[in-house]
Amino acid sequence: MLQSWVIIPVSLAYLGTLFAVAYYGDHRADQGRSIIANPYIYALSLGVYATAWTFYGSVGRAASDGVGFLPIYIGPTLMMALWWLVMRKIIRISKTNRITSLADFISSRYGKSALLAGLVTVIAVIGVIPYIALQLKAVSHSFTILAQYPEVVLPAQREPVPIQVDTAFWMALLLATFTILFGTRHLDASERHEGMVAAIAFESLVKLVAFLAVGLFVTYGIYGGLGDLFARAREHSHLSTLLAPLGGAAGSYASWAWLTLLSMFAIMFLPRQFQIAVVENVNERHLDKAIWLFPLYMLAMNLFVIPVAFGGVMHFSTLPVDPDTFVLTLPMAEKQEAIALLVFIGGLSAATGMVIVETIALSTMVCNDLVMPVLLRMRAMRLAERKNLTGLLLGIRRGAIIAVVLLGYLYFRFAGEAYALVAIGLISFAAVAQFAPVVIGGIYWKGATRAGALAALAAGFIVWLYTLLLPSFAKSGWLPIGFLEQGPFGIGLLKPYALFGLEGLNDITHAMLWSMVANVGAYVLVSVLTRQSVAEQAQAARFVDVFRRGSEDADVHFWKGSASLPDLRALLARFLGPERADGVLAAYATRRGFASPATMPADASLVNFAETALAGAIGGASARIMVASTVHEDVLSVDEVRSMLDEASQVIAYSHELKQKSQELVAATNELRAANERLQELDRLKDDFISTVTHELRTPLTSIRAFSEILHDSPELDAAERQKFLTIIIQESERLTRLINQVLDLAKLESGRAEWQSSQIDLRTVIEDSLNATGQLFRAKSVLLEARLPEHVPPVSADRDRLVQVLINLLSNAAKFVAVGEGRVVVELRHVAGALRVDVRDNGPGIAFEDQRIIFEKFRQAGDTMTEKPQGTGLGLPISRQIIEHLGGRLWVESTPGEGATFSFELPVAPAARSGAPDLGPVRGA
Amino acid sequence: MNRPSDRGQQLVGVFLLGMLLFNYPVLALFNRAASALGIPLLYAYIFFSWALVIALLALVVERSR
Repeated sequence: MLQSWVIIPVSLAYLGTLFAVAYYGDHRADQGRSIIANPYIYALSLGVYATAWTFYGSVGRAASDGVGFLPIYIGPTLMMALWWLVMRKIIRISKTNRITSLADFISSRYGKSALLAGLVTVIAVIGVIPYIALQLKAVSHSFTILAQYPEVVLPAQREPVPIQVDTAFWMALLLATFTILFGTRHLDASERHEGMVAAIAFESLVKLVAFLAVGLFVTYGIYGGLGDLFARAREHSHLSTLLAPLGGAAGSYASWAWLTLLSMFAIMFLPRQFQIAVVENVNERHLDKAIWLFPLYMLAMNLFVIPVAFGGVMHFSTLPVDPDTFVLTLPMAEKQEAIALLVFIGGLSAATGMVIVETIALSTMVCNDLVMPVLLRMRAMRLAERKNLTGLLLGIRRGAIIAVVLLGYLYFRFAGEAYALVAIGLISFAAVAQFAPVVIGGIYWKGATRAGALAALAAGFIVWLYTLLLPSFAKSGWLPIGFLEQGPFGIGLLKPYALFGLEGLNDITHAMLWSMVANVGAYVLVSVLTRQSVAEQAQAARFVDVFRRGSEDADVHFWKGSASLPDLRALLARFLGPERADGVLAAYATRRGFASPATMPADASLVNFAETALAGAIGGASARIMVASTVHEDVLSVDEVRSMLDEASQVIAYSHELKQKSQELVAATNELRAANERLQELDRLKDDFISTVTHELRTPLTSIRAFSEILHDSPELDAAERQKFLTIIIQESERLTRLINQVLDLAKLESGRAEWQSSQIDLRTVIEDSLNATGQLFRAKSVLLEARLPEHVPPVSADRDRLVQVLINLLSNAAKFVAVGEGRVVVELRHVAGALRVDVRDNGPGIAFEDQRIIFEKFRQAGDTMTEKPQGTGLGLPISRQIIEHLGGRLWVESTPGEGATFSFELPVAPAARSGAPDLGPVRGA
Repeated sequence: MNRPSDRGQQLVGVFLLGMLLFNYPVLALFNRAASALGIPLLYAYIFFSWALVIALLALVVERSR
């Protein structure tokens, strides 16, 4: 027999077991040996997604339309594939910013806006209340049904039961108490509840085992396996239509797709899922296993939904049994007490898990993001006086838990009866789906603004209220039903289930479509049209670039103001308690490398740290208010930040310029150094030149002086001797004059001050003139002189006198070196490519190869100048080369020692002659 | 071994495959009153594809560990 006196103690024993698990979990956590710090527990605790809706409602849904329950689990499976990208980012952001709830997350992203946090909280609470009602309904119904064992009697619809005998009411109170014991025994700065997570993971196992047990029992106990069950279903009039129900009983493919999307959002943004997946996450690596383990859990949970549903429909085809209760009523009808009790415990497990986590998450939000900001604003002075506020915080949370559960009860009592379980749950799903755009947009789109987020949530929420929540009241008789059927005030276009005349969709698809249009539309439009404040910009960057940032210490804080350490410590102590406050400050001081907290400067980093630590306890928005009240903060305007940035960029520009300048300076210095070296080299050359010149001048001068002194001191010298000495003096004087002339000439040529009289000249006449001028030299030495001149040559552009000078120099050199009587000198003029070439060839001793270069240097002569008497000034060839090069040609020597030497020069043909007539006609010289 | 960015891309690939498998029109191909091994075709297809997606997820995640 299963009487109330059996069921209640078993239920309480089960809850006691849960509590023991939770206690053990907390105990281990305190010892630092966490039992939940492994990926399997994390994946199992995510199973809190499977509630009484899954446990009882899926079968009910399957009985009416076959596959309609499946998108709710396939959507999360698909979403898990994206978790590694999306959820990992959310977890990282939350850990970095000590975010403890969904409201905290959204408000932090949009500049720690208290208004936004409040709005999120309101939407979450209102949105989730039907969901909590669903759990209460499921548990109280299953209890009522089970208590009738072995009779299968359904509770009459809308039976006016007084509250004090309503099982749902007592169930609600029991769950609230249980949740308070679980979740608010003490205040944790990180809002983590290790014991609770352990209990939730345990519950996930219990409900899975219970459902698999009843599934196996129905499939293999009542029927002869899957084949038998489906074979019979094919013959059943209703079920045969459910074998291929899409596009028919299960609604359109569009509705299937929307449900998938809806559940993808739900798995992330239901407050309890956010709590378990993000806040209670110990290590983001746990995501790895959860990515496939959690979908596997859901698959296992759903394996037997269809068999149980079909089995129930066939089994109770004559009885009016609610399909939502098949899981329980099938074992009861087969007189399986143990399985029925196990099922009840499984359902209780699913419901309690959901209510516990959901209300803890909601109470954190209500306390941190709704009540505290208001209290802090209204009674800031009085709150600030209180030494320790931890008691107040816990009180608010406990109150919030009771309030949320009781609101759920009220919804169940007044509106819940009109719906099947799944329909109630979907209303909640659609509400939390409104968070998706602002969260997902917020972590990838830096430009999204606070105003955009507010507009998005408000628009989406209002559409949800109008198209889902108000109709649920209307259906329950709390609003005139005409509101649904004719539209408000009879305006057909505003009918909640066919807004603007959009017909043919089921209520959820319809509501999702319009609310998402309003939500995303407002989000994008308002974000684009509004500008972010400085705080928003900073937060947006922290969120979007979370993977690119280093440690929190590396953050740049746009903050100016003054704070004192004792003030901050007192603030932390008020909310965390004195011991914890000292603990976190000491840890922070150590991390920053200070010996003790007292030696730390109360700078922007410390203020930021205090705010983050406080955010863990009272939420980001409240922490902002509290810190602002303690710290004398100057609000930074956009202009100020811009000027700070401008200054910074100017400094950068200056330093860039400076660097460039100094590089230029280095280059200039190098050039100067090179120029200086060249100058020193030139100076040295000049010194060499002068010393050489003076030496060369002194030689004739010495001999002139010596002979002059002899003549002066020796009047007795005979006439012949005197004549000889005078001749020497005259020769030496001439040599001196020549030398001085040449030095002057060379100096003029080198400095570019020489005068050039350029004209078109015929080289043949120049050569002939030169031969005439030097003819006496050759005749005196009996040297054979031969000139080989062509008939016609093109003219060259040159200074005639200078060319004569060159030729005379070359000819006199040749005459100087050939032997008397045997000498032979040939002058040849040739026309070579674009130039005229003159060779002066002699049959003298030739020039050694090593001397061929130095004879063109100043004062250098071939041969040993120490032993042989120099035969020239040593300046003739350098001057000749200077002249020829100045005229655009070149002068060189070719010689084989012993076989004579050939001095050659080339001069370019005058341009007019080269391109025009090759022949100017014979120009005869003298 | 593969790199983290590869894993992200592979998981997105599995996601896209899932979207294809569990939506119109592929889903419509199996929405027929036929059966596979005694199980109605649509249910057999959905659960098989579901298991396939989970297997791929496990493969990607565990292989790149």
